[in-house]
Amino acid sequence: MLSIEVNSLSKKFGKFLAVDNVSFNVNKGEVFGFLGANGAGKSTTIRMLCGILEPTSGDAKVGGFSVMNEPDKVKQKIGYMSQKFSLYNDLTVEENINFYGGVYGLFGEKLNERKKWVLKISDLKGKENLITASLPGGIKQRLALGTAVIHNPAIVFLDEPTSGVDPIARRQFWELINDISDRGTTVLVTTHYLEEAEFCNNIILINAGKLIAHGTPATLKKDYLKNKIIEIECDDPVSAMNILSKEPFVDDTSIFGNNIHLSVNEIYNSKTQISDSIKTNNKINIKRIDPIVPTLEDVFIHLLEKGK
Amino acid sequence: MRIILNIIIKEFLQLKRDPKLFGVIFIAPILQLILLGYAATMDVNTIHFSILDRDKTTTSRQFIEKFTKSGYFTEEANVNNYKEAENLIDKGKTILTLVIPKDFEKDINRKLTAKVQAIFDGSNGNETSIAAGYVQGIVASYSNKLLLDVQNKSEKKIQNLSTINPEIRIWYNPELKTRKFMVPSILGLLLMVITIILMSMAVVKEREIGTLEQVIVTPIKPIQLIIGKLVPFIIVGFIDIILVLSVMVFWFDIGIRGDFFFLLFSSLLFVLSTLGLGLLISTISKTQQQAMMVAQFAVMMPMIYLSGFTFPIENMPQIIQYITYLIPLRYFITILRSVILKGTGFVELLPQVGMLFFLGVVILTASILNFRKRLN
Ligand SMILES: Nc1ncnc2c1ncn2[C@@H]1O[C@H](COP(=O)(O)OP(=O)(O)O)[C@@H](O)[C@H]1O
Ligand SMILES: [Mg+2]
Repeated sequence: MLSIEVNSLSKKFGKFLAVDNVSFNVNKGEVFGFLGANGAGKSTTIRMLCGILEPTSGDAKVGGFSVMNEPDKVKQKIGYMSQKFSLYNDLTVEENINFYGGVYGLFGEKLNERKKWVLKISDLKGKENLITASLPGGIKQRLALGTAVIHNPAIVFLDEPTSGVDPIARRQFWELINDISDRGTTVLVTTHYLEEAEFCNNIILINAGKLIAHGTPATLKKDYLKNKIIEIECDDPVSAMNILSKEPFVDDTSIFGNNIHLSVNEIYNSKTQISDSIKTNNKINIKRIDPIVPTLEDVFIHLLEKGK
Repeated sequence: MRIILNIIIKEFLQLKRDPKLFGVIFIAPILQLILLGYAATMDVNTIHFSILDRDKTTTSRQFIEKFTKSGYFTEEANVNNYKEAENLIDKGKTILTLVIPKDFEKDINRKLTAKVQAIFDGSNGNETSIAAGYVQGIVASYSNKLLLDVQNKSEKKIQNLSTINPEIRIWYNPELKTRKFMVPSILGLLLMVITIILMSMAVVKEREIGTLEQVIVTPIKPIQLIIGKLVPFIIVGFIDIILVLSVMVFWFDIGIRGDFFFLLFSSLLFVLSTLGLGLLISTISKTQQQAMMVAQFAVMMPMIYLSGFTFPIENMPQIIQYITYLIPLRYFITILRSVILKGTGFVELLPQVGMLFFLGVVILTASILNFRKRLN
């Protein structure tokens, strides 16, 4: 069953095309990853899906309602956590929960029950009277997520919920996203951390407003990356990369930490091609050359290079 | 209804958490009224002037003494010609030159009309007109004294003894007059400043921190959001007006002659337009700083100048006078002055009340429509 159907959605700001004819579907109950660099058009797309921003052309059905014609009905179905911090910093934890619960029409017993749940998932039981500004970043994000789904929406949109949060808190946050999805809520989450894509059931990748890849993490690796990936560890990765990028057997190069990743095509046959290339040109000391299983990051870098 | 109440509670909680804002709302108006109330009495205390005495007689010196001993005038110099007098005015040393012509004493003794000339620096209209009032007053009192002298000497009753224009006498006691006149309008000014500033921050602040976007994704209706934001500031406005009225009554001893509840009712009508303007500013501004600038320079300053608070409306060019009809503060100041000082009632002030209501409804409705359009 489909939760979200996006049909040729576009958004122009003046003459600038921020979202360019994007179409995709999201299944009920899945965690759907929306990836792209800063400025790719992720937030703009989400805003249109939430009924805050009117599309320039195209339409989308969210929870069965058109964002173009029935944005008010869409709002009844969804939860949203905006990219900016969305809680009131000067209110206490409980006051924030009461306020957001209240605007969603939760009062009395129902509110209390949901409040307990929000406090539980954000580890804030007994700390209801703390001022929100004083909470650590990871806790704040979980509280924000809790308030965004306090009314048990069918669909929740999370716009870069893990940006600026430390890695441990990010992992905890993803566990929470999985919990929410397990209860049957559809989660559409944007991120620019490519490694987070592995936690999603389905992914789309968007670049400069255009959708450039779509699929599960596994199919993306299989379908989009026919090339082998070779990892090289050496003394001077930047010079080595400059040399290698000129070789005909290399399609694209990227640096991961101290290592170089080469995407090599069918002309490539053995490691010696690489070591020869580096040695004939310079005196860089090679420590290791290994073929590796491509990560999603390799896929995306390959796709983004191709898109240029 | 519950949703609106929910927003109102939130606004008050935020207000409570912000001690600076709390001070701005409840302490600043009281201090400002006290300060401005005193400033309003200090407009003209000493008028620096020079004397061109061409008569140089006992009578002319006696006449000059009336000025120097009045407490309002300070003699800067005795000049010999117009050129010197003009120099002093140009340098800003004096704003007035008193010219006593030759034959001043002779004319008086012959019971002819004696003439004196007073030359003013007109560049500060307000100060000049007050100084001119003092001059007229002193001259009138002096001629009164001369008449009395003549009467005493001749022991004849002179019928025209009471021809001195009583209006001039008002200027003898400007302290009380100015303050009484100014304090009620300062009250209107303060209510305007507080409500416009608070409201102009209300929406843009939430836009800046990002909560506005979060709130408009909820099923809340824009009108609920606006009412939830307006009501707290209407309440704050009422608390302020009561605070400031108390300062007026108990500190400055200016009683309210008219109906207190009529005063509150007109304040409510007035804040409809100021909150509407605040909402408009808040909706069109991108940052709080921008909203502050627009509120100060594009809205409040013109409002103050065009309301008749600083300059009398009758002295403005005709076109500008027409514009003042659109300024809510103009009507509110009239109502405040009339109700507080004269005890005027609702019926006499119906045109002003009607205009306040009309402007309030128009401005607020336009702002709400604009806010709804901007959200979508
Ligand atoms: N309201 C707006 N007016 C003009 N340009 C905008 C507006 N919102 C976003 N943009 C532009 O659209 C592009 C996509 O922005 P956004 O959707 O926020 O990207 P992302 O969320 O992927 O980082 C950016 O270049 C941004 O500058
Ligand atoms: Mg974004």
